Amino acid sequence: MSKAADPTDTFRQEARELLEQLEQALLDLEQNPHDSDLVGSAFRALHTIKGSGAMFGFDEVAEFVHDFETAFDQVRKGKAEISPGLVTIALAAKDHIAQLIAEPGRHAAAGAPILEALRKILTASDTSMGEVAAGSVSDAGSSARTTWNIAFRLPEDALVLGTNPLLLLEELCALGTATVTARADRLPPIETMDPEASYLGWEVVLETDQGREAIEDVFIFLKDGMELTIAPVDVEESARAGPGPASSNGTPAAGRPARSAGSATPSGAKGNSSLRVPAERLDELMDRVGELVIAQARLSQIAAASDDASLKTVAEEIERLASGLRDTTMGIRMVPIGTLFGRFRRLVHDLSGELGKQVEFVTSGEETELDKTVIERLADPLVHIIRNSVDHGLENAQARATAGKATKGTVRLAAVHTGAEVAISISDDGAGLDAARIRQKAEEAGLIAPEARIADEDLYQLIFHPGFSTAREITSVSGRGVGMDVVKRTIESLRGAIDVASKPGEGTTVTLRLPLTLAIIEGMLVRVGKGRYSIPLSAVEECVELSASEADAAKGRNFLNIRGNLVPFLRLRELFRTQAPAELHQKVVIVSAGEQQVGLVVDQILGNSQTVIKSLSKLHADVETFSGATILGDGTVALILDVGHLVRFGQTFEERIRNSQIGRVA
Amino acid sequence: MSKTILTIDDSASIRQMVSLTLTGAGYTVIEAVDGADGLAKATSNPINAVLTDLNMPVKNGLDFIREFRAHPASTGVPIVFLSTESDDAMKAEARAAGATGWIVKPFKPDQLLAVVKKVAGA
Repeated sequence: MSKAADPTDTFRQEARELLEQLEQALLDLEQNPHDSDLVGSAFRALHTIKGSGAMFGFDEVAEFVHDFETAFDQVRKGKAEISPGLVTIALAAKDHIAQLIAEPGRHAAAGAPILEALRKILTASDTSMGEVAAGSVSDAGSSARTTWNIAFRLPEDALVLGTNPLLLLEELCALGTATVTARADRLPPIETMDPEASYLGWEVVLETDQGREAIEDVFIFLKDGMELTIAPVDVEESARAGPGPASSNGTPAAGRPARSAGSATPSGAKGNSSLRVPAERLDELMDRVGELVIAQARLSQIAAASDDASLKTVAEEIERLASGLRDTTMGIRMVPIGTLFGRFRRLVHDLSGELGKQVEFVTSGEETELDKTVIERLADPLVHIIRNSVDHGLENAQARATAGKATKGTVRLAAVHTGAEVAISISDDGAGLDAARIRQKAEEAGLIAPEARIADEDLYQLIFHPGFSTAREITSVSGRGVGMDVVKRTIESLRGAIDVASKPGEGTTVTLRLPLTLAIIEGMLVRVGKGRYSIPLSAVEECVELSASEADAAKGRNFLNIRGNLVPFLRLRELFRTQAPAELHQKVVIVSAGEQQVGLVVDQILGNSQTVIKSLSKLHADVETFSGATILGDGTVALILDVGHLVRFGQTFEERIRNSQIGRVA
Repeated sequence: MSKTILTIDDSASIRQMVSLTLTGAGYTVIEAVDGADGLAKATSNPINAVLTDLNMPVKNGLDFIREFRAHPASTGVPIVFLSTESDDAMKAEARAAGATGWIVKPFKPDQLLAVVKKVAGA
């Protein structure tokens, strides 16, 4: 298949997963200290890391885990209780193991204090496991050449169960010089003979200098249930049935494997078959599917214009297949966000300890799937926002008590699909944002004019301004005002948006809205003047007609009444300053982003098509109205409308009109 | 013709080590990730020995041993299980289920080779 992987890479990857499993188990144990399944899970993870570590030369790891595991075994046996203190030390041990694996040879010293703390907290120190690693072959207590009489007989089912007497005899003969005689005295009559049973006995006269243990080793797997006598020729024998102690190679320390996914071959993990694929291959696949989709669109166009019925049929079939292929390929890159959530539990746990605040961390929507690259890039922003929530949002125990709140603050992390987007919200039940202080700071920094009327939501957006921080003190965790602007930029680079909502005294909610798919979407093609534009179909709610009379009546108050709801609309003709004559009957495409909607007034709706999103070049990166471009079947370019931006724009457009500012749309 | 060894373990690193060690010594290796996968492969491929772990998801080693032994394809095939500790109770149980031999973890490559050679020949 591919070139041989470095064996230690497989171990490292496996160890990473096992350490993750260990961490989750420890965090869960803190909430449920008596759950023996969790203890078992943690134990198995440790066991496997120790075993595999030893096999791949990570001796420090094996050694450390051995001691750690011994102590933990106390818990498994019910001799020690899980306490928050124990969990914290265990988590520190987990970090140490990760370090030992990442940088072998450099961190060994750091292990001792952890083990010490562990022992202290468990009081008993049961480090005498006794048997030492590095199994050696049976002591060569051998000396002179001795001659032995060896007689043995296997149990009747030995052959069926895989014992091969020839191999045993070969092994014996390899020890020295031997003569073998078979004994057939127990053969039953042929009518009752079972061809698969073992009836023969063997006598071997062996001259060897290897000693008795070497001979016993040959039969190490068979000691129970077989007849075996080993007697040196010159010594008076007392027939000893059963062999002496067999010395097994290897150490008693071992690992019980936990779950893991496979490498190059399809394998099972947690009941599902899964496969590891290098991310670049997925990207390649996506590109090819993208190109296929474009070509298929071209084919569909040609077929539509042609009279050839069989061509039309095939083109339709290919369109269906391409669509299916697109969906499947997009699906491959989707990963449940729950993988990220697990990381945060540790973060909150540590923050809670660091800042001395009790925090309850609640998550929901773990199954919500996002593109893998999006999830990876979300990690840091989310960490930042959660830090802020715990550090600045949640009040300390005293303040909370005064405010009549429960001592334990809650941070809630939720992910949910809404139409074309995924909304990830982080909310806390803390003190909320102080609009007045934000305003003050903003005015000081010259960001807003003192008399300007600014809605609270927009004020809150100022916290994303570089260098902006209303924190009275800088803690080690946050307050430097560096993070939030990076957060905003990261989210925007994912073509997403951030909303902030807050109620003083009650809490704050930060919501990240991200587009579901990055590369290929189903788009609705529309015409505005001479230009064609694509609107992500998943954002489209419905289409209505804007009759000429309605258009007139609405002048100045660009609202439509859709079943009782007032929906603002944007005339794209005006937005794009189209010169071409307008259609008599304009169409309105109602699109939504999150909770809000806007109607986009266009000349004509052309139909749906699969749209491969091509990014706009850096020159156009600041253009907010369009999120990208696509190549249509006939080779022309259509710009893709950024629904989120237009929806927000629609809202502010109305605000501006209300504030008696006539804005010329850009 | 080389002998074929089936290795069953849910740990990818152990499977890899076994595979490398044994193929380096001239054996052919088939890998399986759990007892169920192992059973399927053991009963549909001619094999000369099985090396199996005991603690695995989906189907554990003991169940694999029992079920494989109940199948005619297992006649004469030695089954070596990976012993987790010097756990005599476990060894006895595995033997009773039909295992032929064991190897104690962690094991070094040459220890593995010695055991495989012992039960299956070179």
